[in-house]
Amino acid sequence: MGKTTAQIQKNASLECDIAVFSNMDCKLDSGFNLKDFQIAFKTFGNLNANKDNAILICHALTGDQYVSETNPITKKDGWWSRMVGVNKPIDTNKYYVICSNVIGGCAGTTGPKEINFQTNVPYGREFPAVTVRDMVKIQNYLIETLSIEKLFAVVGGSMGAMQALQWTINYPQKIQNVIHIAGALKHSAQNIAFHEVGRQAIMNDPNWNKGGYNKNNIIPERGLAVARMIAHITYLSDDAMHRKFGRKLQSRDIISFGFDADFQIESYLRYQGRSFVERFDANSYLYLTRAMDYFDLEKKFSTAIEFSPIPNQHIRYLIISFTSDWLFPTSENKKIVKTLNYFTRNVSFTEIETDKGHDSFLLDEPELDSIIKGFLDNNYNKIGSHE
Amino acid sequence: MNKMQSIRKDWNLIESLISRGAKVLDIGCGEGGLIKQLEENIQANTRGIELSPDLARKAIADGLSVVQGNAEKDLDQYSNQSFDYVILSQTLQAMVKPRDVLLELLRIGGKAIVSFPNFGHWKIRLQLLLTGKTPITEGLPYVWYETPNIHFFTIKDFQDLCKQSNIIIEKSIALTSKGRQFEIPQGISGANLFTSEAIFLLSYKNFTPIKLQSKQKTFVSNSALVN
Repeated sequence: MGKTTAQIQKNASLECDIAVFSNMDCKLDSGFNLKDFQIAFKTFGNLNANKDNAILICHALTGDQYVSETNPITKKDGWWSRMVGVNKPIDTNKYYVICSNVIGGCAGTTGPKEINFQTNVPYGREFPAVTVRDMVKIQNYLIETLSIEKLFAVVGGSMGAMQALQWTINYPQKIQNVIHIAGALKHSAQNIAFHEVGRQAIMNDPNWNKGGYNKNNIIPERGLAVARMIAHITYLSDDAMHRKFGRKLQSRDIISFGFDADFQIESYLRYQGRSFVERFDANSYLYLTRAMDYFDLEKKFSTAIEFSPIPNQHIRYLIISFTSDWLFPTSENKKIVKTLNYFTRNVSFTEIETDKGHDSFLLDEPELDSIIKGFLDNNYNKIGSHE
Repeated sequence: MNKMQSIRKDWNLIESLISRGAKVLDIGCGEGGLIKQLEENIQANTRGIELSPDLARKAIADGLSVVQGNAEKDLDQYSNQSFDYVILSQTLQAMVKPRDVLLELLRIGGKAIVSFPNFGHWKIRLQLLLTGKTPITEGLPYVWYETPNIHFFTIKDFQDLCKQSNIIIEKSIALTSKGRQFEIPQGISGANLFTSEAIFLLSYKNFTPIKLQSKQKTFVSNSALVN
């Protein structure tokens, strides 16, 4: 297989780079042959002469390439700017950080919102189904385009953790370290169930129009907002919700005996739903939740580790879970650890105690910061001088 | 000898029992001080398991491969004979079922290294005799109701257990409370009186290769696969 290259363009309005691939033969898991596509990505820091300081960060379901600095779409800080940046735990003074929007996403990478070059209208429901494996395959094209032979690390939480794990199977020779946070070998029945309710909310919104809403610029915002509200509950924990909101009332002293947002938690969820609609595409939400549902390495993982056609013994794994995460619980993360230990791989594992639920990996957790920094920096020092 | 000196001495002795470049699992590795020493001094390929989340995280942040886990519940994840050495340092006395753990060590590793405080030391015997209370010493510094050390045993007890379990004691080193070390002789001796801490190098008695039909692979009787 030859090296893949693409044209890299700067996009001023998205404030990121776009790698344009044309006339490719990228066969997706669904069988669809993706010919022309583009990847929106951002890089932070500088690639050193040895090209051994590159870290790929894989974003979660509703993330994007704006992992650090300011997100030009929301005008807020990037989704992991507390972790990634100058003098942050993943220090861009030292590391060259790459973060790309996944295939099927809606922040500039080819997805249902983007124009299909073959028909000159947005893909909508015509967009092919994508899987986590497809996401990783397409990230790999980008890494090849950037002429990086080996990533120092691949890091991701939640859907990003799924991608990180997939990297270890598909391209073990291209990675040195993996940080897998709050993931699992498979998306569980309960997780699929929550996603299905979200999708039904979108598809039952009359504005969805079988995915063709982009033509008339009316979006299924109510459905998408409800989907986000449901999902947001799964990212928190009962304890954290109780601590933050309890039964406190919103801007009132007495209950209304009506269905306004009497409680602060209701008002908070409505706000989460509303603001999500402004930044996320409903069809993308359908496609990406589906990709997570299809993720299942439970049976394949140990075979993939033991009988990998490409050497994979050099990979160092760090698996992290959170005590209050019921979406990707410790027990699921530990299955990965157990498999790796069975094959005597270099694996580290810790469960961080917190009441903040699945979202903990995005929030202020000093222990997460120090362990990620220590793991990366110490393993970086082991590989010798860095010119 | 203070606590840190005694730990260092313990580690140096353990290091002396391990061959260069060996694959080593340290059970109850704490912050990973011993495995770090083994990586640096004899280029061992190490892993650790530690119950305390804080200590495990310190080890991981130090670049070591350590998993947070429980020595009595989580050892089943390691496969048969996947390590050259499995170390259990100063932990056996805190296990609910020390015998099961001991057998697990030799299932996972070709050799096991076990160190523990000797309850047969003369100072301990004397304390119990004179005061009639559970002894408190430098090696066993807790009062009875809050000690993590739930099994008190002596060198003789341990030797008996090894014999019953078909475990060979390849080497046993004694440390006195003053920090002197000597090899513990087999059979009747005064070692049990003067040893405050003992370190044992163990392996299986019936670890004789059985030739099967395959020309390339040798099976051994406890189901391990070698070469």
